[in-house]
Amino acid sequence: MKNAVGREIPEEILSLTGKEPFQGNNYKEGVPFQRSAPTVHPVMDNQHSKIVQSIREALEKCNAHDGMTVSFHHHFREGDLIVNMVMNEIHNMGLKNIKLAATSLGKAHEAIVPMIEDGTITSIEASGVRGKIGEAISNGKLQGLAIMRSHGGRVRSVFSGETKVDIAFIGAPTSDEYGNLSGTGGKTNCGVISYSAVDADCADYVVAITDCLVPFPNYPAQISMTNVDYVCVVDAIGIPEKIATGAAKPTTDQRKLMMAEYCTQVVVNTPYFKDGFSYQTGVGGASIASTISLTRIMEERGVKMGFGIGGLTKPMCDLLEKGLVNVLMDTQAFDLDAVTNIENPNHYYITASEYANPFNKGAFVNKLDYVILASLEVDVHFNCNVVVGSDGIITGAQGGHPDTAQGAKCTIVICPLLQGRIPAICTDVTTVTTPGESVDIVVTDYGVAVNPNRPDLLEALQKADCVPLKTIEELRDIAYSITGTPDPVEFEDRVVGIIEARDGTIMDVVRQVKPL
Amino acid sequence: MEIKKAAVAGTLESSDCMVTVEPGSGTVELDLESAVIRQFGKQIRKVINETLANLDVTDAKVTVVDKGALDCTIKARVECAVYRSNGITNNLPWGGAIK
Amino acid sequence: MNPNLKRLRRSMMFLNCQKPGLIKDPYIYAPDSIMLDLEDAVAEREKDAARYSLYHALQEIDYRGVERVVRINGLDTDLWEEDIRCAVAGGCDAIRIPKTETAEDVRRVENAVIAAEKEFGREDGSTLIMAALESAKGVMNAFEVCSASERLFGIALSGGDYTKDLQTTISGTGVELMGARQHMIIAARAAGVQCFDTVYTNLKDMDGFRRDVETIHTMGFDGKSIINPRQIPIVHEIFTPTEKDIIFAEKVVREIDTKKAQGIGVFTVDGKMIDIAFYDGAKRTLALAKASGVYKGDL
Repeated sequence: MKNAVGREIPEEILSLTGKEPFQGNNYKEGVPFQRSAPTVHPVMDNQHSKIVQSIREALEKCNAHDGMTVSFHHHFREGDLIVNMVMNEIHNMGLKNIKLAATSLGKAHEAIVPMIEDGTITSIEASGVRGKIGEAISNGKLQGLAIMRSHGGRVRSVFSGETKVDIAFIGAPTSDEYGNLSGTGGKTNCGVISYSAVDADCADYVVAITDCLVPFPNYPAQISMTNVDYVCVVDAIGIPEKIATGAAKPTTDQRKLMMAEYCTQVVVNTPYFKDGFSYQTGVGGASIASTISLTRIMEERGVKMGFGIGGLTKPMCDLLEKGLVNVLMDTQAFDLDAVTNIENPNHYYITASEYANPFNKGAFVNKLDYVILASLEVDVHFNCNVVVGSDGIITGAQGGHPDTAQGAKCTIVICPLLQGRIPAICTDVTTVTTPGESVDIVVTDYGVAVNPNRPDLLEALQKADCVPLKTIEELRDIAYSITGTPDPVEFEDRVVGIIEARDGTIMDVVRQVKPL
Repeated sequence: MEIKKAAVAGTLESSDCMVTVEPGSGTVELDLESAVIRQFGKQIRKVINETLANLDVTDAKVTVVDKGALDCTIKARVECAVYRSNGITNNLPWGGAIK
Repeated sequence: MNPNLKRLRRSMMFLNCQKPGLIKDPYIYAPDSIMLDLEDAVAEREKDAARYSLYHALQEIDYRGVERVVRINGLDTDLWEEDIRCAVAGGCDAIRIPKTETAEDVRRVENAVIAAEKEFGREDGSTLIMAALESAKGVMNAFEVCSASERLFGIALSGGDYTKDLQTTISGTGVELMGARQHMIIAARAAGVQCFDTVYTNLKDMDGFRRDVETIHTMGFDGKSIINPRQIPIVHEIFTPTEKDIIFAEKVVREIDTKKAQGIGVFTVDGKMIDIAFYDGAKRTLALAKASGVYKGDL
């Protein structure tokens, strides 16, 4: 059956998962549902200790069993040691058929590939996967399905009980012996641990893993002791220098600077750019450069931002230090500046649910004016693909892409026209992650295209005469004229993964790639 | 043109390709590895074979490792390798066999 | 006469022909000219490889109106004649001669270009020439070089080799280049050709670059050689007439046109004494503004 973005969703996948095909962004608006509640093991005895001596002990005390679901956060990004530490122990215990429900998985976790191959891990839920894990899934090594969800979509899934977490492992830069957790103050800091909040609320067992035990009470706590069953102290939870993956020097690449300048021109020449506007951007070179050039124009014109949100980086924190933004709402710190800037009283920790969950009573993303995003591919329907490479292999993560794109009044996607020989602007994306109805403007090094469903934005940009405007088809044609028309990637019939829409419907499926 | 000795042209940088030609065993034998083989493998093979045909190379072992080169670069690298194997650098047939 | 002799050349960007990633789409940065380099940027053992890349780039890449100049190897090598055959066969717009010292150097290249145009069926006169002066002797002979060929559109200073020849180094202040710059712009204007400044190699010092461009702009140069696309917006900004310049130039042209009809020779515009001598300069300002995309008027 074809869904609202024209993707064929096989009947057997619909019946296997009980899911519906994607029907449009606001399909579930106001549709009531019952929240899931965890099984709680109360602690009343004042002699009770939550400290366990090892991951193994924690697993045993939490009744680890075949077929269980374990969850993790990805705040340590490529410096994460927790996932491998716990999965190795699960593997050593000989447990099978595990569902690994991480907020995201990266190259730091390639050690789990053999566990996929030997049936220890049989299904994966994550924002996305990269490297060898992606290759393993795309080559059909995972017995069950990989479900890729946006950050908001994951909260929805746990919130609604669709993902029932048996044990949540929360890597915590600091913890006290009673499980008050924080993203700062330790030796492996990540600033915030926003993505674990829902796991702490909804998992049957919650295990904090820390390498820095601090005196009780560890306050202010981002995750409360009231939700934590056990605390395990280990030598290291992460590798600090690999956590700050976004700590890039400002780019000197003129191509990125050009795209950044186009992006800034788009922002300042569209109607939402006025005092009190709200803004989110990413960690790519062009995104960071555009925040820097936007800062310059804000200073010139005396326009202040109301709130900035998201994964935060130095240029966003600089806005706060300069008094150019009232508050920052932080779900993820991409560099060390963002990690330490949390100490600024106007830099707030928020949970992933507050950030982007479509199934609460309104999330921050709904209040965004602008979001600046990247994409692997954008097609002439403005659909974006941020998960599957043009070669058909899973290689990226949804992140907050679909959440912020739907929420923001003006969604800008920056992407160079060509990635090597691969045209990023194409006729049909390999796999849809964010529907075209959420995407308003595409900025490339060859020009800027406005979604025809936003004639208001097009008119504003035409009037301002500030960027080279093209249609999305023109951009696609330029790309193909340079590279040649790409052949469609050939897939097997077997579905190995699902790209889930925010609301739990199916945006697209990912199939096994044909061997070369 | 005959492939007289093994010759290499190009690099493994992004947007480039490395072409090696060696004396063949009666036909053109092409070994292609490419970062974009799923989308452009057919087109790349076509360009390599056409370029070899223009140069009248009928007996060669050709190895191409492609890093997303455009057609114009693939042609240039194949031609360079073939002429290098013949030790020819001057008075080249621009617009003739090189086209 | 080739209409491109006097085209706009504020920014002329060097690109190593041997690097496919560099030559595939430099036009997105909108330089006025690119200089596809077969000479210094290309390693000795890749000189042949660079030519095949050059030929196919010229033939197959749509540079979208950006002028394609090819820098050939020096006349003291055994490479330059084949370089010219390759570049002309590919259909380049111009040849840049390195290390030019005499009018004879220009004529040797001109003869090879004529032969190549004939050999490859290119229109006679379609390939222009520019000459780089890289030595004290070359600079001293600037006027004879400028006057050596109908195809020669301009001369360029090449500061690295030139300062070595002077037995000094690039200081960043421009003091060591002062004489050459002054002499060359005078010679170029005397011969009615364009004049281009040398590269600025310190990419970390964008403020120094800006001062350098401001200096040569004030001196009367037509443009500057560029080694990185980041430098282009600065050059274009400095070489683009300001709104004030444009309004003034428009007034000058209109006033001179009407006053001439009335037989008035000298008058004032915005309090400045104006006569016919201002006409060409004002016209040039408007042409430059038009070419730079900031003037859409009809003068």
